[in-house]
Amino acid sequence: MPQLDISTFSTQIVWLVITFAALFLVMWRVAVPRISDALEQRQTRMDDNLNKAAEFKKEAEAAIEAYEKSLADARESAHSAIADAQATLASETAAKDAELSAKIKSMLSESEASINKATEEAMDNVRAVAEEVAAAAVERLLGDAVDGSVVSSAVDAATKARM
Amino acid sequence: MAEGQSPLAQFEIKTLVPMQIGGIDASFTNSSAFMVASVLAISLFLVLGMRRSALVPGRWQSIVELSYIFIANLLKDTVGSEGRPYFPFIFTVFMFVLFGNLFGMIPYSFTFTSHIVVTFTMALFVFLGVTVIAIAKHKMHFFSFFMPPGVPMYMAPLLIPIEIISYLSRPISLSVRLFANMLAGHTLMKVFAGFIVALGVFGVAPWLFVVALTGLEIVIAFLQAFVFTILTCLYLNDALHLH
Repeated sequence: MPQLDISTFSTQIVWLVITFAALFLVMWRVAVPRISDALEQRQTRMDDNLNKAAEFKKEAEAAIEAYEKSLADARESAHSAIADAQATLASETAAKDAELSAKIKSMLSESEASINKATEEAMDNVRAVAEEVAAAAVERLLGDAVDGSVVSSAVDAATKARM
Repeated sequence: MAEGQSPLAQFEIKTLVPMQIGGIDASFTNSSAFMVASVLAISLFLVLGMRRSALVPGRWQSIVELSYIFIANLLKDTVGSEGRPYFPFIFTVFMFVLFGNLFGMIPYSFTFTSHIVVTFTMALFVFLGVTVIAIAKHKMHFFSFFMPPGVPMYMAPLLIPIEIISYLSRPISLSVRLFANMLAGHTLMKVFAGFIVALGVFGVAPWLFVVALTGLEIVIAFLQAFVFTILTCLYLNDALHLH
């Protein structure tokens, strides 16, 4: 069994020590610092980025809050503006309504008065015409003129009887 | 079996360049070649993988970082934050054993972790290092480690020798586990690979077995590197926290 050949032990031990020591130096001085530096850098970078992300998130949340607040304010002011407009509109309408109805009333009474007046005038005219017609009819029938007062009283009597 | 086809032939140390350092044989062998290759491969893998050190890692950089994080978490879970200074050593142990095991899976290659002298040297170094750390940190209090708390005094004569033996056997169990796994796996593969040719048409059966075994051996390569590392971490934890 070659493993038990003592004559080969010294060379194996010597080369083991040389190579292992060389590898240990490379590890200690070059490889391990490089790898740990790279890992540390990545870790700090990641932490930085995570912190930044958290900050941005906070900012975004604050912005959203402000936006919602302004939105609510705008909504409130819009509501009050609408209410104001409605109130003024209602009062204006009421005033115009009142004015209009007053105008209509006065016009109505005016026209009623004028109608009454016209009716009276017409009645008077009818009376005069009736008197004239009656006088003319009597003159034709009797061949003689009749006294105006007699005709007038007769027309009065006839009118009264008809009414 | 013919010469060179013995299942154990693959473990032979072949001198490539004879060398001597202070009268000791330090020849550059096939084992040394694979150790050097592993170290170069690990260095290139880690350093070139991180050459751009991108914020968003590519595929290669991700593998490098994952292996780093894997061992860093292993150390943190077993030892805690006090184990941090020992991370380069733990990572070196893991990568060295892992690449040694994986390079052994390449056909016609050599597995330096299949030699008890290599695994035992590493285990002994871990054992001595951990003991030095423990004594430096806890001074004489370290020896209370062999007397678990809450044990009645009359048990001490029985318990203390057991604890000492179990402590001293750590480098042996640590090294034998890795060495035996590698030795057994590679020998088994070689034996069954030998059957493929010997059985002719029926060689399909051992061939399929060898294919499955290759997958299993790659898993074991990772697993044993992991086990070696986690045990090193546990010993380090004992050294730093005693009980």
